[in-house]
Amino acid sequence: MTIEHRAVYRFAGAQAGLVQALRLTPPTSDDQTVVRWRIDVDRDARMRPGRDGFGNAVTMLYVDAPLDRLAIEVTGEVLTSNAHGVLRGATEQLPPALFLRATEATPADPAIAAFAHAVAAELEPLAALHAVNAAVHERFVVAPVGDASRPLAEAFADGTVDPVEATHIFLVAARSLGRPARYVSGYRQADGETVASPHGWAEAYVEGIGWIGFDPLLGRSPEEAHVRLATALDAGGASPVAGVPVEEA
Amino acid sequence: MTIVAMGTVAFDEIMGSDGAARAELAALGRWLQTTPESELRRRQAAAEATFRQLGITFAVYGESEASERIIPFDIVPRVFLPDEWARLSEGLVQRVEAINAFLDDIYGERRILKDGVLPAELIFGNPQFRPEIAGMRPPHGVWAHICGIDLVRTGPDAFFVLEDNARTPSGVSYMLENREAMLRLCPELFRNFRVAAVDSYPDRLLETMKSVAPEGVSAPTCVVLTPGHYNSAYYEHSFLADSMGIELVEAADLVVDDDIVWMRTIAGRVKVDVIYRRVDDDYLDPLVFRRDSMLGVPGLIAAYAAGNVAIINAPGNGIADDKAIYSYMPEIVRYYSGGAAKLPNVETWRCREPQALRYVLDHLPELVVKLVDGSGGYGMLVGPTASSAEIEAFRAALVAEPHRYIAQPTLALSTVPTMADRGLAPRHVDFRPFVLTGSRGVQVVPGGLTRVALREGSLVVNSSQGGGTKDSFVLMEAPGAQTQSQSQSLGGMTQVQTLGGAAC
Repeated sequence: MTIEHRAVYRFAGAQAGLVQALRLTPPTSDDQTVVRWRIDVDRDARMRPGRDGFGNAVTMLYVDAPLDRLAIEVTGEVLTSNAHGVLRGATEQLPPALFLRATEATPADPAIAAFAHAVAAELEPLAALHAVNAAVHERFVVAPVGDASRPLAEAFADGTVDPVEATHIFLVAARSLGRPARYVSGYRQADGETVASPHGWAEAYVEGIGWIGFDPLLGRSPEEAHVRLATALDAGGASPVAGVPVEEA
Repeated sequence: MTIVAMGTVAFDEIMGSDGAARAELAALGRWLQTTPESELRRRQAAAEATFRQLGITFAVYGESEASERIIPFDIVPRVFLPDEWARLSEGLVQRVEAINAFLDDIYGERRILKDGVLPAELIFGNPQFRPEIAGMRPPHGVWAHICGIDLVRTGPDAFFVLEDNARTPSGVSYMLENREAMLRLCPELFRNFRVAAVDSYPDRLLETMKSVAPEGVSAPTCVVLTPGHYNSAYYEHSFLADSMGIELVEAADLVVDDDIVWMRTIAGRVKVDVIYRRVDDDYLDPLVFRRDSMLGVPGLIAAYAAGNVAIINAPGNGIADDKAIYSYMPEIVRYYSGGAAKLPNVETWRCREPQALRYVLDHLPELVVKLVDGSGGYGMLVGPTASSAEIEAFRAALVAEPHRYIAQPTLALSTVPTMADRGLAPRHVDFRPFVLTGSRGVQVVPGGLTRVALREGSLVVNSSQGGGTKDSFVLMEAPGAQTQSQSQSLGGMTQVQTLGGAAC
């Protein structure tokens, strides 16, 4: 799969310089092989490779000249194979048990827990997670919403959620069932498209199987069309570009 | 503070248990008897006037209290005998070594969990365990460079740890300012007693900071990072920077470029190697911790992860002094040191364990019961003073959610004679010694912060609730050893030494 992704960030005012953390390098697993990969920016910058606490590859980007816009271009080629959503051969920095914890963006919520338990009923763990994923997919209209910072409970009560909220609802639901769950940032090549675009989904852990991908936007597990970049407790932690609040142009 | 003395006679650290001064402290007893009360009060007032002038107005117990007032000072010192101090120091060194080993393990291999010493959910479900820095290791593997271990005492050699402060313990400026006041106002005490010096603390702290600079840095630049002058401990931040002769900076003064931390100065950028930060983890780096925060230094954690800067104390340390972890400290010390903890905890029953729960339910009227996750003020039962209705309410709460509670016995806390409304009277005290860890070992500063509950019978030493402070004398044994009145320079540190007392 070929990735060609160019994002231009414009800042509200001119910045004296910029420090950003880029999680834009795909990790290798049994079903994801990086053939070539590069990150370019459209001005003089220093880039330093590193790793965050979740084990994600991070590229620190430092620009010390004034700027009011920045273009980041990612080009590469990744080979993927269909593992029915099961993650195999990945390196893990943290144990699954960590991913039971709530975060500010994914707080434990009684309404979401009740929803999860109703859907999961007496099902086996794996079947329960598939059912919850399908139920989130069916229940919500996914569309951009005005207020990106509204509490998740409010989003859940609303019928319309943005893509990140839909995935966060799945995370909270899975954790309420005692299943570790995490956010995955990456790319996805939609049916009929030739290039992949930024995408986010979830992974949940089932003892005896491992981490399994669930994409509430599609209502099924990811297959060959998904490229994983980074994982964390919520979308913010797995953010491909973290830095000063910027608007993607 | 939650420990109460009921129906037992407290050990008085100067007067002993029978009203006459302890033999080793007879001279101090005479000083108390022969110095007129009016003179003691005059000196105390003079000390407080100085503190007010200096603006030492911060709160010792965390950030909840922002009122600008001085903490009362008591003129009667608290005294440790040489052998008492030597034993106490051994326990402190062992405990702080274990804290450092625990932090290195829990953010690294997590052997202690694999070996089943701690329940894993106690760590992974705990917000004080910061996954953001998992796998990162501070320069030289030192995490808790400055620990303030809060202790209580019930007898000559009976010390118990109440709390391990391994994040950014404050109060050391009291230790130094109280001593300075005592030297000026009660010089005769220093002629009669061989009191270990504390005023080399800034030198020792700077030495500790330099010792943990990243490899290959020969003349490290060290700074103190403060949240700013609105912070309640700002006096201490500027005092420490000043006495170490290093820069006091705020986040806006630092910039990270190419994974290196720089300080902006009028002469241009200066590379920074060691940061003594007095800001919480949450406000260190908005790219990693509070992403909504505009405070902090973007890229600081990347520089730290790359091994280019030492952060004192290391990020993530909160897991070591967390309330839920506290009760496991004896096991943690044993696991890493290979021996029993020399310094005990206050005995603690973990109600998550069925046998402990049974005991607690059977002894509620004698015990103090606390919430481990301490949310809100509802979380505590003081058995001896509680009504039977309160006890029954707690019984129900304990049965419903036992894992959220621990219980402790009530202890007879030690007292020290203290200037009260009607002359000298025994008042309860606690103690916070400061323990420094650098790349060459652990040292206990021979002194500390003594807090005293000024109200009769009170066990609350918090400054917000009628608590004050005292100077803490550590007496030295060997003649020829250095005393407060002699030269202050102690030079460098040696391997795991216990300074002051008998061990120098």
